[in-house]
Amino acid sequence: MSRSSYPLIFERSRPGRTGCDLPPLDVPALEGLIPEGLVARVTLPLPEVAEVDVVRHYTNLSRRNFGVDNGFYPLGSCTMKYNPKLNEEVSALFDGLHPLADDDCAMGAIRLMAELERQLCAITGFDKFTLQPAAGAHGELTGLMLIRAYHDMRQDFNRNVMLVPDSAHGTNPASAVMAGFETRELVSAPDGGIDLEALRAACGPDTAGLMLTNPSTLGLFEKNIVEVAHIVHEAGGLLYYDGANLNAVMGVARPADMGFDVMHINLHKTFSTPHGGGGPGSGPVGVTAELIPYLPYPVVMMGGAGTASLDYDRPLSIGKVKGFYGNFAVMARAYAYILSLGAEGLREASQNAVLNANYVMNALRDVYDVPHERICMHECVLAPTKRMLDNGVHTTDIAKTLIDYGYHPPTIYFPLIVHEAIMIEPTESESRETLDGFIAAMREIARVALEEPGRLHASPATTPVGRPDEVQAARKPVVRFCE
Amino acid sequence: MRSYIPNTQRERGEMLAAIGLPDMDALFADIPEGVRLNRPLELSRGMSEIEVRRAFASLAARSGVPHASFRGAGAYGHYIPAAVPQLAMRSEFYTAYTPYQAEMSQGMLQAIFEFQTLICQLTGLDAANASVYDGATAAAEAVNMLTAAKRKNKVLVSAGLHPDVRAVLKTYARFSKTELVEVPLNENGVADIPFIEQNAGDAAGLVAAQPNFFGCLEDTRTLADATHAFGGLFVNYVYPHALGVLARPGELGADIAVGDGQSLGLPLAYGGPYVGFMASTQKLMRNLPGRIAGETTDKDGNRAFVLTLQAREQHIRREKASSNICSNQMLCAVTASIYLSLMGPKGLAEAANQSMQKAHYLAEGMSRVRGIRLRYPATPFFNEFAVDCDRDSEFVSGALKERFIMGGLPLNRIVPGDSGMLWCATELNAREDIDAALSVLEEVFA
Repeated sequence: MSRSSYPLIFERSRPGRTGCDLPPLDVPALEGLIPEGLVARVTLPLPEVAEVDVVRHYTNLSRRNFGVDNGFYPLGSCTMKYNPKLNEEVSALFDGLHPLADDDCAMGAIRLMAELERQLCAITGFDKFTLQPAAGAHGELTGLMLIRAYHDMRQDFNRNVMLVPDSAHGTNPASAVMAGFETRELVSAPDGGIDLEALRAACGPDTAGLMLTNPSTLGLFEKNIVEVAHIVHEAGGLLYYDGANLNAVMGVARPADMGFDVMHINLHKTFSTPHGGGGPGSGPVGVTAELIPYLPYPVVMMGGAGTASLDYDRPLSIGKVKGFYGNFAVMARAYAYILSLGAEGLREASQNAVLNANYVMNALRDVYDVPHERICMHECVLAPTKRMLDNGVHTTDIAKTLIDYGYHPPTIYFPLIVHEAIMIEPTESESRETLDGFIAAMREIARVALEEPGRLHASPATTPVGRPDEVQAARKPVVRFCE
Repeated sequence: MRSYIPNTQRERGEMLAAIGLPDMDALFADIPEGVRLNRPLELSRGMSEIEVRRAFASLAARSGVPHASFRGAGAYGHYIPAAVPQLAMRSEFYTAYTPYQAEMSQGMLQAIFEFQTLICQLTGLDAANASVYDGATAAAEAVNMLTAAKRKNKVLVSAGLHPDVRAVLKTYARFSKTELVEVPLNENGVADIPFIEQNAGDAAGLVAAQPNFFGCLEDTRTLADATHAFGGLFVNYVYPHALGVLARPGELGADIAVGDGQSLGLPLAYGGPYVGFMASTQKLMRNLPGRIAGETTDKDGNRAFVLTLQAREQHIRREKASSNICSNQMLCAVTASIYLSLMGPKGLAEAANQSMQKAHYLAEGMSRVRGIRLRYPATPFFNEFAVDCDRDSEFVSGALKERFIMGGLPLNRIVPGDSGMLWCATELNAREDIDAALSVLEEVFA
């Protein structure tokens, strides 16, 4: 694709054009229904475009975008697995259902939620879920509110500190603050895991809990998880599981069995619902029995004979965290996915996700820096070698060059504890030859980085625009079109 | 059973050999024996596509969509032009993630920039973000903006906000230790302005809806003025379609406008996914939470779009971020953009006017039924109104359901103790359907 900017929808506007028509008004038109002070004084300055203009505009915009359907998208921590087409179709069966339809008219939808919840309990080992949170970070916030409510109910008002490892997702500390906690950062041990001595030292009567991703953002399983759970529980805290990396362990190990008390799941990661260019997601939160009373209302209750119901009578509930019941159509897609895979298929998905990540890491370990030389889980973290950095080649350059090879780059500069991190999560969706192609590209880039490093600074060359000037964008922000 | 995995058993074996591992189990050697699940998950076997379709068909058969609906209460059935879902289903959009790599995500970044512009055009404000989860969480984020901008932890909220919005605000406020003071509705069903004047104290601002939950039109200008009089910021929670006929919040003094974009081309889908939108004055732009796309250039001067002002966000600021939001409702925002582009100013105004006219025709017909009274007959409304009836609201609703009509919402379902009903009309309600509903009501109350 040659370089080009593309007109905004507003620049296509021509006075008088429209892309819709409505039937003539079939009831008497009354005047003066709106009080003088509230009447619209100007015609809305929305674009005036014909249907074909809109269709071509968005079709061509979509061609300037890259999704999993376009190619390999190994964005670490995001689990960009294939989004099955079936799930789009079957979830749409409920599109016309009003959220306040009578319960008997909505029984299928309520039952679907109850069955999804039961599936999630089986996969994670927890006793109950709320499906209300709309995304992972929203689930974190909800889960942390549950922890706060739990301590409050025990009159344990001084537990204000949430422990967060330095390898954690940025949402973890941000969610903790929104839930009213202070955060205390735990420095990781040299092997990338929790430093047990540091954890013991950080725990005390002010400990509300620990947030942990397992496998961690380094793609490593926390070998000491049982001991970690013991230390936190001994101190009176609860253990929160950030489910972003659940794709590594389905059918292999369950967070509740590891000692966690609360978790969120990203349905848009582990359970294949499309990421939508940044959302919608869905972030169900699972809990052990002692936290059930605090779940957001309404709670979905499984009934007999294909029924289910919504329970609003929850006196200890933290309240609602979102309108209605959550991102229902996202839940429906995840339900279809779990039905499709079943017990064996989920385990097979995790096994192959881990296999693919190790296959990539193993094939690149001689040309990139591997900060933690162990078997990884569903993702691996690499970094440029010192020689590359000395040549002026940074992770950004490697990422931008991958674009020219037709790949979406991995997550870069995260986790923060690895200098110039390159975090690769292939997922189970990718075939061996796709991985081989990516490996070949990464190896070629490594060669060029040592032999002709300047070439990498010019990439990407195949995209509609070159590297955008982000400093200019932030210094003088233009966040909307103005005539 | 399908797991959507391309690699065959043989290929898997070869890959394991390449790594130097004997079998799959060796990949999980780091997991302590004590926490391994050494048995199958308690789930059924995997299903074929045909079987999954059957399972869904059987669930969908137990979810009835009525012939005609007069139910809104926060989720509105407006017409969705055919082009909207087809374009939103371009898989280059829906199978992508957050546009971290700008060069290969210009389509989504430009779509976000256009969404932000459309929301500014709709609300009459200066800046907007790339969306949040829904209207209720948009309101909660707006409360956080108020307390951060004013460094005060008390906020006034109108009792005229949707019950779910009020519930979410209450939950967020409990944990952020924000004091919410509820502004009651007066006898005309609108926010009690003298109460605001008497109870503002050191509040950071006011959040009020337009139209409010009971459909009543609030005097936005006076609410904004009363808020500014105590030094606060005014947040207007708006129903986007109403802005087809009403003056925009930015023109009436709102500092922030938020709402739910569901009515802009998104299916009802049993409550979601919808999309929360947030717009603010220039001054408050840096207090907005979440993703924001900005315009810039590449080194050759081509116009380009990027995620910008990221120093507000969790992945940079961690515990000091303005919000924890990461994933938002981007695809829903694109859907709303496509809808607004197709409708244009005239289409949106026409859909809004038809909704308003049909609701008034319905209200007029209902007020002639003996035993039904408009609750706020003196108060102007947009397309929704509350009634009180001499018969049990669930009975009325049940009688309509027998004729495949979903009548107004029996309010007791979400406002405990309220025996009234909340009725709504949109451009989708043909006159003959309204007349049919009225004749059922005539029978019920005869």
